[in-house]
Amino acid sequence: MATPAIPVLHGSAIVNVSVDQAFRAFTVSFDGWWPREYHIGQVEMAEAILEQREGGRWYEKGVDGSECEWGHVVVWEPPHRLVVTWQINGMWQYDPDPARASEIEVRFVSSGPNETRVELEHRHIERLVLAEALVDGIERQGGGWSSVLERFGAVALSAGDSDRTVDN
Amino acid sequence: MVTTNGALSALADDTRREILTRLANGPQPAGQVARGFRMSQPAVSKHLRVLRQSGLVVSHKAGRQQLYALSPDGMAALQRILAELSRMWAAALPAFKEFIDNEQHTR
Repeated sequence: MATPAIPVLHGSAIVNVSVDQAFRAFTVSFDGWWPREYHIGQVEMAEAILEQREGGRWYEKGVDGSECEWGHVVVWEPPHRLVVTWQINGMWQYDPDPARASEIEVRFVSSGPNETRVELEHRHIERLVLAEALVDGIERQGGGWSSVLERFGAVALSAGDSDRTVDN
Repeated sequence: MVTTNGALSALADDTRREILTRLANGPQPAGQVARGFRMSQPAVSKHLRVLRQSGLVVSHKAGRQQLYALSPDGMAALQRILAELSRMWAAALPAFKEFIDNEQHTR
């Protein structure tokens, strides 16, 4: 049986700066805008860091100096494109295995003289470890796929909603 | 953050994650699930109960045995992951926009 598609999450935002400035703000100033509540470390996050090169890490530094990785930079194409892996599994823990990494692609597209559309796509969420275990388990038990897919449809819809909210 | 709510908090435990991984191989009785753990079967049963309460695991009688299995509703956990991630982006992108707006103002 083919692995069912798990929805790709989309989001976007329009910012009133050039593509260059938007890309720099997103990456160099990553710590300046990333919402503090989204981190995986046991202690409070002191800093969120995105290393500016292919193969670089993106990670958090805790107030006690500990570091927790989130993933790696796969594509570094300033100022238009950035792809990072999201290696935080369904248990909200870092998973070092790249085969189980989901991916986040961010594109910076000029939409006016001083306006940039930032488009974000979070894909391959089915590779995250818990997702995989559940999908496999249900397949082996011959669980009802149609109801499962219906639920995925509902999720895709709510992801679409957040897309619209973000799109301002 | 997310580790504190619902099904994901049930997963914030090594034993329970291992139990789920084992159940991914198919339904099995508690005794079989408990095999190989360095704890008593009642202790493992306690974890199974937490997993059942979180909706990740179901149990049903097969003859004299009580079988435990991953719940098709465990897909709700997946849905939760997707919902958490979309909530994260729904927070992060406006935060990015706000950051840029503030930077522009202070310039």
